[in-house]
Amino acid sequence: MLSRRSDLPLKGDATSRFLPWLVALMVYLSAIAVAGVLVLAGLVERWDHDVSGTLTVQIQPVPGEAGELLTEDRVRQAAELMRRTPGILAARPLDKRQTLALLEPWLGSAEVVKDLPLPRLIDVSVDSSAQLDLGAVADRLGRMVPGATIDDHRVWLSRLINLSRTTEWVAIAIMLLIGFVTSATVVYATRTGMSVHRGVIEVLHLIGAHDDYIARQFADRAFSLGFSGGMIGLAMAVPTLTAIGWATRRVEGGFLPSLALPLSGWVVIGLLPVLAALLSMYTARLTVHGTLSRLP
Amino acid sequence: MRHRPRGEHIIRFDSVGLRYGLGPEVLQDVTFALPSGSFHFLTGASGAGKSSLLRLMYLGLRPSRGRVTLFDKDIAMTRRYELPALRRRIGVVFQDFQLLDHLSTLDNVALPLRVRGVKESEVQKHVPELLGWVGLADHLHAKPPTLSGGQKQRVAIARAVIGRPDLLLADEPTGNVDDHIAMRLLHLFEELNKLGTTVVIATHNQSLVDRFSQYSRLHIERGTVVEPE
Repeated sequence: MLSRRSDLPLKGDATSRFLPWLVALMVYLSAIAVAGVLVLAGLVERWDHDVSGTLTVQIQPVPGEAGELLTEDRVRQAAELMRRTPGILAARPLDKRQTLALLEPWLGSAEVVKDLPLPRLIDVSVDSSAQLDLGAVADRLGRMVPGATIDDHRVWLSRLINLSRTTEWVAIAIMLLIGFVTSATVVYATRTGMSVHRGVIEVLHLIGAHDDYIARQFADRAFSLGFSGGMIGLAMAVPTLTAIGWATRRVEGGFLPSLALPLSGWVVIGLLPVLAALLSMYTARLTVHGTLSRLP
Repeated sequence: MRHRPRGEHIIRFDSVGLRYGLGPEVLQDVTFALPSGSFHFLTGASGAGKSSLLRLMYLGLRPSRGRVTLFDKDIAMTRRYELPALRRRIGVVFQDFQLLDHLSTLDNVALPLRVRGVKESEVQKHVPELLGWVGLADHLHAKPPTLSGGQKQRVAIARAVIGRPDLLLADEPTGNVDDHIAMRLLHLFEELNKLGTTVVIATHNQSLVDRFSQYSRLHIERGTVVEPE
C-alpha cells in the first residue's frame, strides 16, 4: 500500500508537511485518553470485585477507664452475632494495630494518633448468592450491641463508580472529537491536494480512469502520512504514560489505587497509529469520491 | 479494441447545444453522425467552436441540450460509472498536450494502459515500441519540460493511440511540428484508421486538408456544423 505506483505528484505537497504532525498530536492525546479510560475501567472493576461480598461493622469506642474492655466485649459480641447470621461466611475483628495501619496513609504514624478514640472494625465476608436482609441485620445488631453500625460500602462505591463512569464517557467523547478533528483535517488536506493537482486529475479522468483509481492514490498517501504521524504520536505517548505510571506508583502505599495500564491497554495504544492511518485513508478516499462525483 | 462494422455510426449529435454557465450558446443545433472507421477533418475559424465540439465528443462536457450518442449509448442516459469504459475507447490529443510534467515520457504514454490495469510487462513492451515509432526512442525517460513543442506533441499523440482507440480525436495535432513530422503523424493516423479507428482531426492547416482531400470535412461556423464551401 505504501509503495504502490502513483500518477499524482503528492509527495511534494505542502499539506504533506503538516498532516503527520497533526495526526501525531491526535494520536498522543488519544493514547492519553485511552489509557485514562482503561485505567478507570480496571479500577472500577477492581473496586466492585473487592468490595462486593464484604461488609464492615463499626463499633464506637466506650469512653472511660473500663471502656477498652467493654469495647472489646462488644466487638466480640458483634462478631459472634454476625457469624451466626445465615449468609455470613466470616467475621474478622481488626485489632487497633490493623486499624491504625489502615489509617496511616491519611493520618500518618505519629504517637498521638494511637490515642485517638478510633472505632473498632469487623471485616465481614458475605455469601454473594445469599439473600441477606441488611436492614434487619443492622437493626438486630444495633439492638444487641450498643454503638454498632453496618457499612456495606454501597453508597460511597456507587458514587465513585458514577464518577469513574462519567470520566470514562468524557474520555470517549474526547477520543471521538479527536477522530472528528483528524478526519476534518484530512478532508481539508485532500481537497487542497485535489485543487493543486486539478490538471492531472482531469487528464486521468478523461483517459478513462475510474474515480477509485484516483481516490486510491490520495488514500494511499493519506495512509502513509497518517501512519508516520501516528508513530510519532505513539513515540511521544509511551514515555508520557510510563512516567505517569512511575509517578503514581511512588505515591501508592494505599493512598492511591494502582493506576498501572494493563497489557491489553498497551496493545490498544500500540494500534492507534494503524487506526489513525486507516481513518485518514478512508476519509481521503471518501473525500475524493465526493469531489469527483461533480465531474461530468 | 472493439471495432464495429464500417458504416455504423460511432458518434451521433442530434440538435446539440452547449453553453458555459449562463453565457450564450457556443454550439447551436449541432447535428451530424460519423460512420465507424471514417476519417474526418474538423475545420473552422478560430473561436468557431471546434474545441468545444471535441470536448463534447470526448465526454469532457455534457451538452446543455440535444442528444449525444456515442458507441450506441445515449450519454444523457448513461450512468456515471459507465463513462470511464466509454472514455477508454477514445484517444484524445489535446491542443495544449496536457502531459504530466512530473512523469517521464514513457510513464505519460503508459497512462491509458495503466488506468485499464494492463500488466506492467505489456506496458514496458508496447510503450517504447510506439515511442520509437514517433521518433522518441531516445527520450523514454525525459520529462515533458525538457522536450520541445514538437516532441511534446508526439508524446501526446502516442498517449492517445497507445490503447488503439475506436475513436481518435486530435486538436491541432500538427500545429507544432515540421512538415516531415506532420506527414509522418498523419500517416500514423491513417494506419490507425485502416485498422478501424474513426479519426477526427481539428485543424487550421488548409494545406494539410487539401493534401488529404480524400477525407471528408466537418466544418463548423458560428457554433454550428455546416456544409464546407
